[in-house]
Amino acid sequence: MDASAAKLIGAGLATIALAGVGVGIGNIFATLVSSIARNPAARDQVFGIGILGFALTEAVALYALLTSFLLLFTF
Amino acid sequence: MHSPMEQFEIKRLLHLNLFGIDASFTNSSTWMVIAVILATAVFVWGMRQRALVPGRLQSVAELGYEFVAGMVRDNVGDGGKKYFPFILTLFIFILFCNVLGMVPYSFTPTSHIVVTFAMAAFVFVGVTIIGFARHGLHFLSLFVPKGVPFALLLLLVPIEIISYFIRPFSLSIRLFANMLAGHTMLKVFGGFVVMLGIIGGWAPLAFIVVFTGLELLIAFLQAYVFAILTCLYLNDAVHLHH
Repeated sequence: MDASAAKLIGAGLATIALAGVGVGIGNIFATLVSSIARNPAARDQVFGIGILGFALTEAVALYALLTSFLLLFTF
Repeated sequence: MHSPMEQFEIKRLLHLNLFGIDASFTNSSTWMVIAVILATAVFVWGMRQRALVPGRLQSVAELGYEFVAGMVRDNVGDGGKKYFPFILTLFIFILFCNVLGMVPYSFTPTSHIVVTFAMAAFVFVGVTIIGFARHGLHFLSLFVPKGVPFALLLLLVPIEIISYFIRPFSLSIRLFANMLAGHTMLKVFGGFVVMLGIIGGWAPLAFIVVFTGLELLIAFLQAYVFAILTCLYLNDAVHLHH
């Protein structure tokens, strides 16, 4: 197998990590909605933390994307 | 044929060579200067009136200040008051750099790893020095969580140390990758609009409109996340898990 084929396969494999990120983000917002439904008064406090959690989980998606790009373009 | 990555090219506008180092004024520097000038203008002009009941621009300046002040107060506590100017500067600079990148034909300085890594390394080194200055060698107790059996500690402490040293990388890569990915996607879909022409081009165009809104949100969110993580790291250093 030559290097360019291996790069493409590696880059494709790296995107499998995005499955976990999808589950994670869905989890965060599911919990956010259900906790606001239980206690609407807590909305402001919970919302900020929820958005922070979303941004941090999104970062993992971008690490996977970065790995994919690294494999494709720099090796 | 233009590639979507061309928007990230650094172009020298003013060639300058300082002692053999290339210190040219680039398009990246231009937009950083514009961000600083705009931020200064908002705060200085906004507070010029100093009315007790704020007008529009003063409200904007006060909201920005209160937002970051509240964040520092909630996350670092009383020991963090002296670090507030640093956090405010960090937040406002990253916010303005990110948002100005959404202007068509502009350049996003924070889409380059060197810019974000410089800021993240500064935060990391600064927080570590603050931790050692305040607590001396007791600062290393940060890596040893309380109430953990000794056998587990042998595994846990190296993991804690590694995750501590990953901080500048995760902080910088989060911001840089978000900006890079967002702008690349916008350009890729822009290419689709041109490719599909008059008949089919409206579909990717609609997506670009919605996605630009999302990108503006992400620009703000990433500035917020950078600032709040800096506050949390400061809290770790200043208060050591208490």
